[in-house]
Amino acid sequence: MPNGNGHQGNGNGRRGLRLLVRERVHETSEKLQGSQVWSSIFRPGSIFRKGYSDSPRNRAYVVMNSVLYHLHPVKVKRHAVKISYTLCLGGLSFFLFILLTITGIFLMFFYRPTDVQAYTDVQSLATSVAFGQLVRNLHRWGAHLMVLTVFLHMARVFYHGAYKPPREFNWVVGVVLLFLTLMLSFSGYLLPWDQLSLWAVTVGTNFAGYSPILGSQVKFVLLGSKEISTDTLLRWYVLHVLFFPFIITIFLAVHFWRVRKDGGISGPL
Amino acid sequence: MVEIPEHLLKRSQAARQRAGGDGDGEAAPPATDDASSDTTGEGAEAPAASAPTAPAAAPAAAAPAGGGRAAAAAVAARPAAVPVRTQRLLTVVKAGSIQQVKAEPGDKVNVWPHLLQVEFVALLLCSAFLIVFSIFKQSPLQSEANFNFTPNPSKAPWYFLGLQELLSYFDAQVAGVYIPGFGLAGLMAIPFIDRNLSHHPEDRKIAIAIFSMFIVASAVLTIFGSFFRGEGFNFVFPWEKGLFFDF
Repeated sequence: MPNGNGHQGNGNGRRGLRLLVRERVHETSEKLQGSQVWSSIFRPGSIFRKGYSDSPRNRAYVVMNSVLYHLHPVKVKRHAVKISYTLCLGGLSFFLFILLTITGIFLMFFYRPTDVQAYTDVQSLATSVAFGQLVRNLHRWGAHLMVLTVFLHMARVFYHGAYKPPREFNWVVGVVLLFLTLMLSFSGYLLPWDQLSLWAVTVGTNFAGYSPILGSQVKFVLLGSKEISTDTLLRWYVLHVLFFPFIITIFLAVHFWRVRKDGGISGPL
Repeated sequence: MVEIPEHLLKRSQAARQRAGGDGDGEAAPPATDDASSDTTGEGAEAPAASAPTAPAAAPAAAAPAGGGRAAAAAVAARPAAVPVRTQRLLTVVKAGSIQQVKAEPGDKVNVWPHLLQVEFVALLLCSAFLIVFSIFKQSPLQSEANFNFTPNPSKAPWYFLGLQELLSYFDAQVAGVYIPGFGLAGLMAIPFIDRNLSHHPEDRKIAIAIFSMFIVASAVLTIFGSFFRGEGFNFVFPWEKGLFFDF
């Protein structure tokens, strides 16, 4: 009898302990989610906040109280949600830009823009940096994909006639963004400092040399010297990691702001 | 003068008829209605007890009993005790003149969850595709830059290969500066040249045809420059001597 009881008691105790732990965890999470700090970080409408229920009011709050989601209005036209309308091309271009920024920052830790070190640094990404080669691949393929998505986004906008009033200005901003995307991609092309990049950039900058009157001056400004050299590498590195991202961020902000100001996504055909 | 809608006219006429049957209903002050309902029912009750029923009736009940009775008697003298209310139509104000409706109610859905979910899935798919692609396809890294060895052919990045292709047909200045320059300027000018407001493809045949022509031309030039140009940037089929192309 005492044995059996003891055994049973032990089992009960274990179960009781489990219940107790579960209760404590539940209690703690309740207390945490009810606390002032939590509720001021996760603003009303946050799906993490205690007491979130799926109501129209909370759906609106989700967007209004988040700095990231606030790019969007609270409501959009029903047809705008259809994937077949936008194919997500503009959004994916922006996402790729963010992805390229993140992978690019990673790569900057392991890269020195001089003619002596650049090539070996890129080589050592593959040999001695954890995930170095993968991140470089992501950065390179992501960049090519971004050129493609930006171009296709422009084509999509044209075929929907979405550049028509009141969206003329935003179309112009979009063309500037296409140009900046190409410049971002092209300025990064030199950085691995291998034969492919050296001669591709030689061909590319020769185009600038054909400019009327100022041809050789334009080329000199681009290269930082008469021919491609370590000065060119430094110049293009700064253009690639700071100058063009800075400029394109400003134009992106204007582009997104204009989308909202011009009445959201254009109407269905 | 604003036109008075017909249904309002009918309503006022019906009310006037009802009021006409009762005599001078229009002239009766509205206070009498309250007083009558209060006093005719339980005239004998104490004023204190009737006070909580209606705050508006409280002064009437608290007033000297004589006045209240007199009013009650006047009302009771009428054949029908049903209170009559009439309204006089002063003016009709149309909605448009006092409120400006900017946003017409349309068919809209909440961004959360409908749009954000779609975007999140698109983002995941794009990331997954890129990661898988990056695992299996290595980005190119040729031998170190060497100024003394020019590869044959030397090619620009793929998005400039259409221009490089043009270079073999036109003068360098035309192909390298004027065409891309006017191309960009022309793109920017599209909304200011195309003043046709219609979004329907049937109404924009010319615009679509011209734009598609340029798209196809640039695609063909780029593909040609990428895959059909070999040593010396001379024409070659990609299956003859392999690809002279790298990303």
